[in-house]
Amino acid sequence: MDALDVARWQFGVTTVYHFLFVPLTIGLSILVAILQTLWHRTGDEKYLKLTKFYGKLFLINFAMGVVTGIVQEFQFGMNWSDYSRFVGDIFGAPLAIEALVAFFLESTFIGLWIFGWDRLPKRLHLATIWAAAIGTNLSAYFILAANSFMQNPVGYRINPDTGRAELTDFVAVLTNKVALITFPHTIAGAFLVAGSLLVAVALWHLIRRPDSPDTPAYRFAAKFGSWVTLISATAVMITGDIQGKIMTQVQPMKMAAAEGLYNTESPASFSVLTVGSLDGSRELFALKIPYLLSYLSTGDPNGTVNGINDLQAQYAAQYGAGSYTPIIPITYWSFRLMIGFGLAAAAIALLVLWSQRKGRTPTSRWLLRAGLVMPLLPLAANSFGWIFTEMGRQPWIVFGEMLTRDGVSRSVSMGEVLTSFAAFTLIYAALAVIECKLLIRYAKAGVPDLTPDPDPDDTDDAERPLAFAY
Amino acid sequence: MELTTIWFLLVAVLFTGYFILEGFDFGVGMLLPVLGRDDRERRVLINTIGPVWDGNEVWLLTAGGAMFAAFPEWYATLFSGFYLPLLLILLALIARGVAFEYRNKRPEASWKRRWDHAIFFGSLLPAILWGVAFANILRGVPLTADHEYAGGFFNLLNPYALLGGATTGALFLTHGAVFIALKTVGDIRDRAAALAVRVGVATAVLAVAFLTWSLTIRANTAAIALAVAAAVALLGGLAAAYARREGWAFIGTAAAIGLAVATLFTALFPNVLPSTLDVAGTLTATNAASTPYTLKIMTWVAVIFTPIVLAYQGWTYWVFRKRIGVAHIPQH
Repeated sequence: MDALDVARWQFGVTTVYHFLFVPLTIGLSILVAILQTLWHRTGDEKYLKLTKFYGKLFLINFAMGVVTGIVQEFQFGMNWSDYSRFVGDIFGAPLAIEALVAFFLESTFIGLWIFGWDRLPKRLHLATIWAAAIGTNLSAYFILAANSFMQNPVGYRINPDTGRAELTDFVAVLTNKVALITFPHTIAGAFLVAGSLLVAVALWHLIRRPDSPDTPAYRFAAKFGSWVTLISATAVMITGDIQGKIMTQVQPMKMAAAEGLYNTESPASFSVLTVGSLDGSRELFALKIPYLLSYLSTGDPNGTVNGINDLQAQYAAQYGAGSYTPIIPITYWSFRLMIGFGLAAAAIALLVLWSQRKGRTPTSRWLLRAGLVMPLLPLAANSFGWIFTEMGRQPWIVFGEMLTRDGVSRSVSMGEVLTSFAAFTLIYAALAVIECKLLIRYAKAGVPDLTPDPDPDDTDDAERPLAFAY
Repeated sequence: MELTTIWFLLVAVLFTGYFILEGFDFGVGMLLPVLGRDDRERRVLINTIGPVWDGNEVWLLTAGGAMFAAFPEWYATLFSGFYLPLLLILLALIARGVAFEYRNKRPEASWKRRWDHAIFFGSLLPAILWGVAFANILRGVPLTADHEYAGGFFNLLNPYALLGGATTGALFLTHGAVFIALKTVGDIRDRAAALAVRVGVATAVLAVAFLTWSLTIRANTAAIALAVAAAVALLGGLAAAYARREGWAFIGTAAAIGLAVATLFTALFPNVLPSTLDVAGTLTATNAASTPYTLKIMTWVAVIFTPIVLAYQGWTYWVFRKRIGVAHIPQH
């Protein structure tokens, strides 16, 4: 263990942790905006109740996403200063634009939405949640464009005098084919989480409190959430399929590592699981689907998929001696867990829809149990997806241009990085417990009783309490 | 004007905006245990900044992002060099931000007390540490010829930097008291106004001492003029606070903070991080900068979006312009 390893662990822990909150923020902001729009359009109070109810859960989660995001903005400079120097000319721009164009929009309008119920006309108040939701989704694009440069660097040249990467075509960076496909894949994954949360909470109320007067609201939420989950699961699969083919073109080693495919094969099969050693020396048992890996990688069931050994030899010839192979057990299993957890969430969504067919109310305890773990499944799928895509890029920090070990801060000592790693881990762990307890508390409390928000144009009553206050 | 100069200015403007806006947020947080005698009063204080604190904090993210995009060497050297102070700032901002959102989510007094501590320390630490950091930027730090920070943590805690920390801490405290007086009604307003004047006098002494010391380290005519203007603005703000002209008092302390930050950046220019070790290590607006192509794109983005951001943030302050008091705090 040296300072580099600790810096990598810190980046991994803080980023995976940050991304537990981000998908819910991305997906739920839009879903809450849709609920409020439904209320606006129909005047049906059940939608307003759901808006306020899920809005509260959204905000408990939102706060965590915001504060853990601050760390991300500065961590590149703190722990990866040589990386920052190398790519700053390119990588800094989307980050700065993200803050200026997206974070301001998101943060300012979320404040207006939270506190604006009695301060803004109804239509304008509805617009504020949409503005915040658009800001949130925009921010995802810029950060994914930045990440895509690390996977597939485009629109740059290496300055021979300084040895640094310089931007030559900003449009190319923003329209990186990896970014164009990673964005919809990530957004769909976010909606998978948000839809599942809608279902889990609504199902709990439907089954545990079947005689609640708010049953129609929960019925709607469970159905709406299930459809969101199913549609986004479909979108995740379609985008993931395209993404896999693009990945095979730009990072063939990552695709080989996803399968643990050591030798080039055509056609190549996909193993659902393998028992044995993944270093290729021994395979006790493997459940294989013929042609599938060839299809996933190339679109042709008989297509050739390059193996790790050939790619390693090719990279060693191209970039000099060294290992260019990621840690195979991690890429192999994270790839499968990503797919498996995502599919499991979609399967539960189908069950929930089936349980409500023709106006039925779900009663099954088993369904309730499945429903309660449901939001955790896509959350895990999201995490494993990122672990796969980032670990699969190793040993590169910028594919083909800079090794991870060359990007770390040279002036930051082992003691310093251990201190920050311990501090972040501890505070994040404590906050995770607090956040989960609060979410459960407010989810159990159920939809609120409505007190009409006072008319914002009525200025007579200067002493009336605020509609919302911290 | 050179693109690098424009971006030096823009980074300065972003930090100025950040310190003016989050300055009073920090002040409100530091005054929570002082001016908030019970839960309702503390909630009044928190809700004066409730709708805006998050948007204010984005100024920091934008300033950081702008440094990364326009001056990657500066961003890389500064934040890896000032590692532990920045870590403390980040931890403080995490605890404080969550505290605003979670404090009123449970009724127990012990729960609220814990988050009150998070708000207080989460405001106090960055208020002081930003002063320490910017004083060190102006003073210069040991940098090797390849721009790596070669000092330790305690190198950053020199007397001049500590005076800088005390100054920003006091400035934000005064600014926060003035802001509370502007945004509240009733007893709290009177106490905040009285406190602003008392703390303000001590702040003025610290600020004059710090700016004078700063100008002995490096100075130019413009920086001296800005420092004088900062002192005048602060004294004017305090006089207005004394006269209970709360709007003017706020303009005074806001201008004082803005002019003080401008003084530091003007004195610093064209350097962005001077080296006390090896002159070759000094980072300047030129040798730390990105390529003209990147700067040009970023200039367009900034020219288009900064006015839009200013417009809707300004509108937010207009929407929440009403003063609040204990009567406005709902039961839950």
